[in-house]
Amino acid sequence: MLRIEDMTKTFGGLTALQGVSFSISAGEITGIIGPNGAGKTTLFNIVTGIYDPTSGKVYYDGKDITGFPPEKLARLGMVRTFQGIELFGQMTVLENVMVGLHTRSQSGIIASALKLPAHLREERHIRERAISWLEFAGIAELAHLKAANLPFGKGRLLEIARAMAIEPRIILLDEPAAGLNSRETSDLALLITRIKDSGITVALVEHDMELVMEICSRIVVLNLGHKLAEGTPRQIQEDEQVITAYLGEG
Amino acid sequence: MKFLEGSMKQELVKFFVFAAAVFTAPVFFKGGYIVNVLVFVGIYTILAVALNLLLGLAGQISLGQAAFFGLGAYISGVLTATHAANPWLAMVIAVIAVGIIAFVLGFPILKLKGHYLAMATLGMGIIVYIIFNETVDITGGPSGLSGIPNLSICGIIFNTDMKNYYLVWSFAMVTILLSVNLSASRIGRALRALHDSEVAARILGVNVRLLKVQIFTISGIFSALAGSLYAHTVQFISPASFGFNVSIELLTMVIIGGLGSIYGSFLGAAILTLLPEIFRTFQDYDIVVYGIVLIVITMFMPGGLVRGVPLLARFLLAKVKSGLPSEKRV
Amino acid sequence: MELFEQLLQYTLSGLSTGAIYALIGLGFAIIYNSTSIINFAQGEFVMLGGMLTLFFHITLGLYLPLAVVLAVVVATAVGALFERLAISPLKDAEPIILVIITIGGSILIRGVAMLLWGKDTHALPMFSGNEPIILMGAAMMPQNLWIFGITLIIITANRLFFHHSISGKAMRACSFNRVASRLVGIDVKRMMLFSFVISSAMGAAAGIIIAPLTMTSYDVGVMLGLKGFCAAIIGGMSGGMGTVAGGLIVGVLESLGAGLISSGYKDAIAFIILLIILFIRPQGLFGKGEAERV
Repeated sequence: MLRIEDMTKTFGGLTALQGVSFSISAGEITGIIGPNGAGKTTLFNIVTGIYDPTSGKVYYDGKDITGFPPEKLARLGMVRTFQGIELFGQMTVLENVMVGLHTRSQSGIIASALKLPAHLREERHIRERAISWLEFAGIAELAHLKAANLPFGKGRLLEIARAMAIEPRIILLDEPAAGLNSRETSDLALLITRIKDSGITVALVEHDMELVMEICSRIVVLNLGHKLAEGTPRQIQEDEQVITAYLGEG
Repeated sequence: MKFLEGSMKQELVKFFVFAAAVFTAPVFFKGGYIVNVLVFVGIYTILAVALNLLLGLAGQISLGQAAFFGLGAYISGVLTATHAANPWLAMVIAVIAVGIIAFVLGFPILKLKGHYLAMATLGMGIIVYIIFNETVDITGGPSGLSGIPNLSICGIIFNTDMKNYYLVWSFAMVTILLSVNLSASRIGRALRALHDSEVAARILGVNVRLLKVQIFTISGIFSALAGSLYAHTVQFISPASFGFNVSIELLTMVIIGGLGSIYGSFLGAAILTLLPEIFRTFQDYDIVVYGIVLIVITMFMPGGLVRGVPLLARFLLAKVKSGLPSEKRV
Repeated sequence: MELFEQLLQYTLSGLSTGAIYALIGLGFAIIYNSTSIINFAQGEFVMLGGMLTLFFHITLGLYLPLAVVLAVVVATAVGALFERLAISPLKDAEPIILVIITIGGSILIRGVAMLLWGKDTHALPMFSGNEPIILMGAAMMPQNLWIFGITLIIITANRLFFHHSISGKAMRACSFNRVASRLVGIDVKRMMLFSFVISSAMGAAAGIIIAPLTMTSYDVGVMLGLKGFCAAIIGGMSGGMGTVAGGLIVGVLESLGAGLISSGYKDAIAFIILLIILFIRPQGLFGKGEAERV
């Protein structure tokens, strides 16, 4: 479903990625791991249109999407979450998810300013959908809290609920378990699995090995900008190069 | 579902109460001088609301709003005073023309952010001001343009303070209603979202670039409308009313009232228009006061008066209560 | 005057104002590099330089060099006060907040100046007489020489300070990475204050040397500030020779435009240049660094 071909990215003198190629299959959970500085987030940023690659291509359902801006990718069904959660802090939890429904609605400026009946109907529908996404993520009771006041773990869930609201075909999670305690992490694992079970492809960058080994069906390992290995969790665990790269790391 | 209807009902009630107050005020003031001042409050309310949509909702700073205000005024003024066009037609042309200018300028200008955007809009405002001053053949230059006719409908000529009050405030109420509606809608949410986190908004499919330009255009259109109304009520305009000092005043009004609060913009406009009238003798102190107000409110009351005053009131009330221990024993 | 002499005249006078813009632009860059803030009030320090000198020299009758020194000291004190009271407490706020605070500061300073000294324009006496010097058919005032000379001294001192002194290098370090600077023991707050002190002093000096030529009043700060900002942008906010070049370019283009096309639009020229640069190449003609997509 998603194919990265010969991806290279240099920032001035620093080579973040060098000739990385791999595929992500539809309906699976694929994990991307690697020591710090391996280039994982850079890769995500390129795929999701935030950076342009120095060279290389990204294919989505066979179509070349290299360099497409994020808003265009959203309409093609691709969404991501951020390592440092980018919530709309001044808006409520519910409103955050309602923004997620932006591409699933169409009232324009005139209809909104005049509060035409079609707009009102759509608003009601947006609200209902948003509430059901909050329920999916298990945070419906926080609907009217200001997003900036959420504890970190709940903020993560909100970001995921909001991303799900665009009804994506693929969701890329950037270190979703960072900062979560073990209970929150297992809740997260369940949530991600439920997402996959609903037919959505998941790609995740992670450091938490337990989580990765538990839920991913395929893993890609990056190190210092190169692809080191690719395979099932079992294969990766037994790969010597991977073990060496991670020596000393959990 | 109930919540939606509830908050909408709340907004409508607020609006109608405000409208009732606005429409009965002149009667209450028995048509005195203050009605004249209130006409200007109405015009500046439209301008402040326009800026608030851009700055409070979308978080895009503009120090050049006076340019759109002036363009609206001069296009209306020149078309009617020099070319005897129908004032309503001139207003429509002015508003559309400024809308187009704002839309076209918006694309390059809104690529900028923060300080750079502020400087660019400031520069734009000053360039327009200089054009008003230099194109003497069209605008009359620094001496201004006079002989602008009043507006009229079906034989009723808007040539008194009372009539102009109702004219201007009718437009102001429409502007407020449209803005309140826009704020609490899918578009309003998208704007607030791009204010909080542009990247997250884009990730969710919001066309940030276009939306910024659209709100800039709407802001320009409302400002031009205010300009046109200003020209027809005062019947004389000069570049001095559209300099960058005015843009700063508008900024102060929006900050005082509270970024993002539409009714707060009215409060800010009212305060900054009424106070100089009340304290006539302190006329020259006005810029000092603006400066202090901007700094103090930004530092200590970031939500403006609309949010700060209730908070302050609650805080003081709590202090009072805690100072009366005997009350607790009932 | 023949065309060549005219062009020379305009160019010389443009270089002169350009030098002033360069100094003001450096002031912007210095503060920006230490604090990431654009100090909208920068122009007001330029105004204060001229107005305070007038006050000390004409109103109080002090000897001109003494008046100049006092003016710079007072203007610098105002800058330091502004930084301590209004900037430092809010240094981590959103850019919009800081923009508004510095705008507020600029209005405040301007308003106080107006209250103290009224709205009239005043002329400061030339530093060394009114006899023009003729150079290849173009006339130059001795004041222009003062401007070139003093600007050169300030720019050189600036460079020496930032590249060859510990404090200067510390300030540059702050601009590259504030957290890392703090970690190696640099007092970031002090550096921020320092940057305001240096910028206001430079701004005041610029205002003083140009005042005899262009008259001064309470509101010259706005235009000068914006034009200086233009210089800073052209230089990519680097605070180096790019900024100086930027100032000279703006000054000369402005002078040529005013002389050859129309003098009424003189001020507009600098702002049109500003807009063009911001639209097409916001990192400046001489700056490096890619524009970030996000």
